[in-house]
Amino acid sequence: MTTIQHISTGRRIKDRIVQGLVYLAFALAVVPLVSVLWLVISNGLARFDLTFLTHSMRGIGARDVGGGAYHAIIGTLEQVLLSSLISVPIGLLTAIYLVEYGNGGRLSRAISFFVDVMTGIPSVVAGLFVLAFWILFLGMPYSGFAGAMALSILMMPTVVRSAEEMLRLVPDDLREASYALGVAKWRTILKVVLPTAFTGIVTGVMLAVARVAGETAPLLLTVFFTDSINNDPFTGPQMGLPLYVFDQAARPNDTAIDRAWTGALTLILIVMLLNLVARLIAWWRSPARR
Amino acid sequence: MTTETETETREGGPATSRSASRRSHGEGPFRYLSTGAGIVMLGIMAAIAVFLISEAIPALQANKGNFLTELTWDPNSSQVFGIGALAFGTVLSSALALVIATPIAVGVALFISHYAPRRLAGPLGYLIDLLAAVPSVIYGLWGVAFLVPLLREPSQWLNDHLGWFPLFAGEGAIGGKTMLAGGIVLAIMILPIIAAISREVFLQVPKMNEEAALALGATRWEMIRMAVLPFGRPGVVSAAMLGLGRAMGETIAVALIFPATFGISLQILTPQGNSIAANIANGFGEAGDIGRGALIASGLVLFIITLLVNIAARMIINRRKELMKADT
Repeated sequence: MTTIQHISTGRRIKDRIVQGLVYLAFALAVVPLVSVLWLVISNGLARFDLTFLTHSMRGIGARDVGGGAYHAIIGTLEQVLLSSLISVPIGLLTAIYLVEYGNGGRLSRAISFFVDVMTGIPSVVAGLFVLAFWILFLGMPYSGFAGAMALSILMMPTVVRSAEEMLRLVPDDLREASYALGVAKWRTILKVVLPTAFTGIVTGVMLAVARVAGETAPLLLTVFFTDSINNDPFTGPQMGLPLYVFDQAARPNDTAIDRAWTGALTLILIVMLLNLVARLIAWWRSPARR
Repeated sequence: MTTETETETREGGPATSRSASRRSHGEGPFRYLSTGAGIVMLGIMAAIAVFLISEAIPALQANKGNFLTELTWDPNSSQVFGIGALAFGTVLSSALALVIATPIAVGVALFISHYAPRRLAGPLGYLIDLLAAVPSVIYGLWGVAFLVPLLREPSQWLNDHLGWFPLFAGEGAIGGKTMLAGGIVLAIMILPIIAAISREVFLQVPKMNEEAALALGATRWEMIRMAVLPFGRPGVVSAAMLGLGRAMGETIAVALIFPATFGISLQILTPQGNSIAANIANGFGEAGDIGRGALIASGLVLFIITLLVNIAARMIINRRKELMKADT
């Protein structure tokens, strides 16, 4: 006990320096977040009014004041809803396959691997695929639905991964108890496994929705632009909120740049709200899982 | 194609399943439905490759230049276009992003896994995840309005003092919409994914190894160097590769920042730069038939590159998973 050596000064200084660097790295990572949020809020509030939320850009030039993003908000909501309707059933069923039926076979390993790879597909490639397949090959028009298809390709792997994780958390005891009562496997999945994992799956879906709601590139190639309100996602070009920001930001006039910032603020509010609700559901649910 | 396969399995599912469930309780509509959905996922990946290739071929045949080496991109009038300059810009900007983001992300991951007070670690990690939730178009807007003016003076300083270094070289206009600005924005966008995966790996380091190092009298840094970093290295490498894939495919932010020049230059402080993805976003509006085909061809190249990077990254992670299973 008496001969414990002190840590030499050199080693202690090195330890302190690294600690300082690690803290600095974290601070450096937070700076852009604060800066982005600050700029979006301070610049976006200038035009964040009722006119912006209830009017479209029809008949309004880049230099005119006024105008709004109503058409873009409607477009984004419809496109995101449609893409969820496509990707959630496929994604959820794939997750059920991987957890309940796959048994680590060759097909399930292949699917699992390519779902991982699919998360890395650039969003612009998803847009190009829908452009090549739906618009150029099948000769369909630009529409909100085409954009929804591109977004659903980006959503699917996220939905699969989060749903798979939640289904694996369901204790096998529950499944076995159900089988012991003579319940068929598919009814067990439908009545026991899915309800148990439900909130977790909802959280995952909402995070996936938040991720695609801000995607611009796929919309650019499939939805095209319009300044007017188009409530029908199946015919004719629509607008999306991210696309609106991109469109306005590319114009050199201050009035247009202001609209871009306010569009960005609206977009960030929608995305953050989705994130927050998802986290709240997860948090509210988490003690019950244990 | 997607919906077709879905309805097919949906119609075929229940009929066959009813007889199956009579035979054994394990079978049911879900088996066929869910297997079908899994196959649809594989089908989408295949369809992406098939349709990108089939729509790119006519444009490639009309090309009067060499697609792989040509630097100009003019498919609409002279029909000479090539991926050379764009591919170079994609690689340079994402390499720049990777060099900036990886050390910071590893620091952030260490901070959350080993330095931050345990109670704060969760919320602070969530703060970093929020960086990934900001839409890319907003990073583009922020880059043009805030980062580009901010970088003007440091760029001038670097050019004055370190101008002999090829990356910082260049005469005339310094600063503005540069590769550096694009690289920094890309770095911010890929930082959360690298940090998140590294953090997970660092948290999986066996507690025994860490405690053994500390018990031998190691300082915290020595413990991290001897126990945490060697264990986490494959995870960090694959995280960086996933980040690289993200950076190469990132579109709208760089489309707003890059001035869309066509040339090969290492100078990251002069106003020049472009990438495959940015060119697709900027060129689509005025593209004719051949123009669209040419953009699809460039997208095919991007798809193949990111696919290879992602597959390599996933294989490293998966091998790690098997190793960790063997350990326990």
